[in-house]
Amino acid sequence: MATTKDNSGGFFGFVIVLAILEQLGVPNKFIGYGFVFLTIAVYAVIGILSRTSEVGEYYVAGRSVPAFYNGMATGADWMSGASFVGMAGTLFLLGYDGLSFVLGWTGGYVLVAILIAPFLRKFGAYTVPDFFAERFGGGFARMLAVIVLICCSFTYVTAQIYATGIIAQRFLDMDFVVAVYVGLVGILLCSMLGGMKAVTWTQVAQYIVLIVAYLIPVVILSAKKYGIPLPQLTYGQAIQDITNLENQMAAKGLIASAKDAAGNAVAAKPHIKPFTTYDPLNYFALILCLMVGTASLPHILMRYFTTPSVREARASVAWSLFFIFLLYFTAPAYAAFAKLEVYSLVAKGTQLADLPAWMYTYGKLGLVKVCGVDVTTAQEVIAACGKIANHPGVLRMQDLNINADVIVLSTPEIAGMPYVIAGLVAAGGLAAALSTADGLLLAIANALSHDVYYKMINPNASTKVRLIVARVLLVFVALAAAYTASTKPADILSMVAWAFSLAAAGLFPALVMGIWWKRANTQGAIAGMILGFGVCVYYLVGTRYFAVSFHELWGWLGTASKAQLDQFATLKQAWIAAPEAGKAAAWAALDRHAQAIASWWGVRNISAALFGLPVGFLAIWIVSLLTPAPSQAVMDMVDATRRPRGDTIIKDKGALAH
Amino acid sequence: MAQDNGERHWSRTSSLMWTMFVLWLIFSFGVHFFVDSLNTIKILGFPLGFYMAAQGSLIVFVIMLFIFAHRQDVIDREEGQAED
Repeated sequence: MATTKDNSGGFFGFVIVLAILEQLGVPNKFIGYGFVFLTIAVYAVIGILSRTSEVGEYYVAGRSVPAFYNGMATGADWMSGASFVGMAGTLFLLGYDGLSFVLGWTGGYVLVAILIAPFLRKFGAYTVPDFFAERFGGGFARMLAVIVLICCSFTYVTAQIYATGIIAQRFLDMDFVVAVYVGLVGILLCSMLGGMKAVTWTQVAQYIVLIVAYLIPVVILSAKKYGIPLPQLTYGQAIQDITNLENQMAAKGLIASAKDAAGNAVAAKPHIKPFTTYDPLNYFALILCLMVGTASLPHILMRYFTTPSVREARASVAWSLFFIFLLYFTAPAYAAFAKLEVYSLVAKGTQLADLPAWMYTYGKLGLVKVCGVDVTTAQEVIAACGKIANHPGVLRMQDLNINADVIVLSTPEIAGMPYVIAGLVAAGGLAAALSTADGLLLAIANALSHDVYYKMINPNASTKVRLIVARVLLVFVALAAAYTASTKPADILSMVAWAFSLAAAGLFPALVMGIWWKRANTQGAIAGMILGFGVCVYYLVGTRYFAVSFHELWGWLGTASKAQLDQFATLKQAWIAAPEAGKAAAWAALDRHAQAIASWWGVRNISAALFGLPVGFLAIWIVSLLTPAPSQAVMDMVDATRRPRGDTIIKDKGALAH
Repeated sequence: MAQDNGERHWSRTSSLMWTMFVLWLIFSFGVHFFVDSLNTIKILGFPLGFYMAAQGSLIVFVIMLFIFAHRQDVIDREEGQAED
């Protein structure tokens, strides 16, 4: 498509123009505005040019998106604002253990390609619930799939809109709530008129913006430090330097340390040492849940409905992973360079009065703390550190608290690059958040308009009415998500990671069994979805919101130590004994402790699908065998799904050539 | 054009899937069980165990998927199940 190529060329030209303006002394704020508004304008133009009045184009982009471009669009769809802004920071903070996210968010595409996507493409569905309805006998299975889809997509889209608000607030000094609604307009301009067709091509443009923005700062940094502009190769050297600095700092007491076998002080959490934050069980459980979740998230699966053929759907998964890989294999390099920078600063013994400027920039936003206070003035920091016993007066790692988001956002500044690069990074983060929000909103609104309205409420609706309903619902869902985001709901944001477990437990067993096991029947699928999803939700909600009673009921399955159990008993007594005025505080303390110990075998709730998945698979297997086999017609349909040749199973009614 | 052979097509498709699935298991979990022993080997400054989680497995996944797409296409053609 011509517009894509023009757009990427135009984008580079635009970056150069802004760089010249910066040299001429135009204030940073206007450069920030320039980046954000012009990129949004480009997406909006693509969105408006792609408007359509055909159902097939609105829902599946006319099934005409080539594998390569669909791969790019999937990359943008997949990589959220949090991946772009937070991933490198997570790796910075967790070291090796953070790599579970890198592995989990890439390896899942193998499952998408070999188990699911090509078959769903052959099926010819408009939405993921379409498959459930057709394979598992109608309305009830469809409704369950819609419920799971909305549960896992809505919290996720809220977080994306929240991310657009944060980025706009930081770079444009906008009021947060205003920024959220500006982001909303950007999202709707991309998706409302053209549905999937418009979202596809804006996501292609957004992918180009986000990957360029992600790579440029770290490529420059690598070239500066090691003379080779390939950060993914050169950070091996950085990792060695990090290990050396860790040992130096441990010897001087500048980092939290432990004693090694020989009695020497070593860093307590070295960057490359595995299992310092997660134990192996949680590390591998998280990888599994993220991977299986990836293979079940409806907004990703529906991207493969848009390719011209089954063959292209497979190739498209490969391209998707390639484009995603470009960002994810760079993230650990970002983390390593940032860590090297910070460690060098600490290891040379920086006086508290001489903290670098970037710490103040982000300290004012509450993202960098030293000795427990935001870095706003040197006096405050020195006063706070003075209260710590035996503080040496120089900056130590154990005093420093950096928010994960700072790493990517501040790299340009830390490396002394011009502001235009920081503007570019903001535009990239925005592209990542907007593109994911678009995909998610479309997944939710399409499920409501196609599955609920057209298939369940009004099957006789005309094409025109269907498209109007689809657009109205899109606006309503978007407004609901923006409103939720504007209230800054801390709980919703921490629940985003749950989306993967919810999707995995609710959808994956029935999807896979529906394709790979002919004998799977309606009763089995329904039992599997309800039980798998139910166990997952029970574990998530129980360990998070009802931790005290969860612990009391399941404590015998938990892994709490004797000391932790004693503390639970003490806190519980304190709560019972507390006077009316102190009840709430005593309960909060008890609940916080219970959240830390309530578990089955010590599995953290982010990996709840570890329980939901086997329950789902077993339920489908057992219930299917106890109830009659599916009809011959359904068996034949499964056979046809497995062969690329021939027509799709569900016939497109949008009068399309494909 | 090859003969239409649905059953053989599916058994070859299944065995390709299982091959890929086992490779996926190995590179998602298997190699990372041995991270500590792999970390004693250094390549370009990277401890190998760390490298496998940060890059090695990812590269394998990407290559696997292009090979999968190609292999499955060959199977579809040879068994007369390819599109058009």
